[in-house]
Amino acid sequence: MNSATLLGLCAAALVGLGLFGLLIHSEPIRKILAFNILGGGVFIFFGVVARRGAAAGFDGDPVPQALVITGIVVAFAATALALALVLRLSQMSGKPISGTPASPERREGAGERC
Amino acid sequence: MTMAFDFGLGLLVLVVAGWTIAAQKAFAAVVGFVAYGILLALVWVRLSAVDVAMTEAAIGTGVTGVLLLRAAMRTPTPQVVEQSSQTVRAVAAVLCLLVTAALATVVLYATDPAPSLAPPVAQALPATGLGNPVTAVLMAFRAVDTFLEKVVLLLALIGVWSLSPDRAWGGAPTLWEPGPRDEVLVFLARVLPPVGILVGLYIFWTGADHPGGAFQGGAILAAMWMLTMMAGLADEPLAGRALLRAALIAGPTTFLTVGLAGFVTAGAFLAYPEAYSKVLIIAIEAAMIVTIALTLTLLVAGPPDRGELR
Repeated sequence: MNSATLLGLCAAALVGLGLFGLLIHSEPIRKILAFNILGGGVFIFFGVVARRGAAAGFDGDPVPQALVITGIVVAFAATALALALVLRLSQMSGKPISGTPASPERREGAGERC
Repeated sequence: MTMAFDFGLGLLVLVVAGWTIAAQKAFAAVVGFVAYGILLALVWVRLSAVDVAMTEAAIGTGVTGVLLLRAAMRTPTPQVVEQSSQTVRAVAAVLCLLVTAALATVVLYATDPAPSLAPPVAQALPATGLGNPVTAVLMAFRAVDTFLEKVVLLLALIGVWSLSPDRAWGGAPTLWEPGPRDEVLVFLARVLPPVGILVGLYIFWTGADHPGGAFQGGAILAAMWMLTMMAGLADEPLAGRALLRAALIAGPTTFLTVGLAGFVTAGAFLAYPEAYSKVLIIAIEAAMIVTIALTLTLLVAGPPDRGELR
């Protein structure tokens, strides 16, 4: 077994872990986090494919590497939009929103959040 | 020796990812996620993909980390978190193990020799005038992906902005709630940006021949702008300003213009005439880095929530 295979197994486990978190958590922000962990695993998978395709004097196949760079930026954009939607939802459902950590009286009404 | 390092690194990534999933509080989970991202960047270095490692560290971890921390602080913590039942957890665990097992099988029984596009890239690389094959793929061989990705960034920003309340339409977002003046933060926000801007521009410039590029450089520029806003030295911009909007579309517009000109000068969309390919690529990237830095920052800052500047 070489390093690429080892890290490939790690990627497979990360995809499983992320998927598990996505399924069991009910808080939207935790789901988004789990989704990003899953994404990290998928990207590493691409990296392993790229590493195995090392040829022509390159240490890795540049095509999957470039696709992953695009993927990371798109994942960021999707995360930003998802978080904005979650924040707006919690705002619309009548919860006070502020830049400071939720203070005790703010936490009280939080149970009704949909 | 390197195998032992990779084994330890892989194990650490899994432990941190597991902790992020299992953490009680959303805030703690976000901190775990940032640690996970940094470790992932190390994995990318081990996979000889330094360009990706930089993108992961800068965008996947740095900018995403600020975004998540800000969201975790702004969403009230639910007092009673709905827990999935034991049965649901067990079924989910079994299904996820199956997915992992399937992927592990693919890794262990992958085709040999592995398929690779490295030889055609190496063959066509001299025509682009670039030395970094990843930049060549991003800007020349698969330029349409990169162009569409710029459009996706803009669409995400339009989506975020459209969530602003009517009274704040075209107004300014609040990246960070202004708190009491923090002298250390103010000091850092004065000392770091000159260095950071230089590093960001260097990473963009060196990306033509060495690891780096517009994404990584743009993320560093965005970080510098966010730092000055967090320290209260700069105000968030008004979303309705014509100049800001022009800068936001500068990247995709330049890309599209050069792309359409390709029909005339090189016979295909997004094709560059060989003698000018490097100049054109650098020109597109220069416009892109402005758009990337602005879009990343504004995506973190969220929808405008006040009509006027402070």
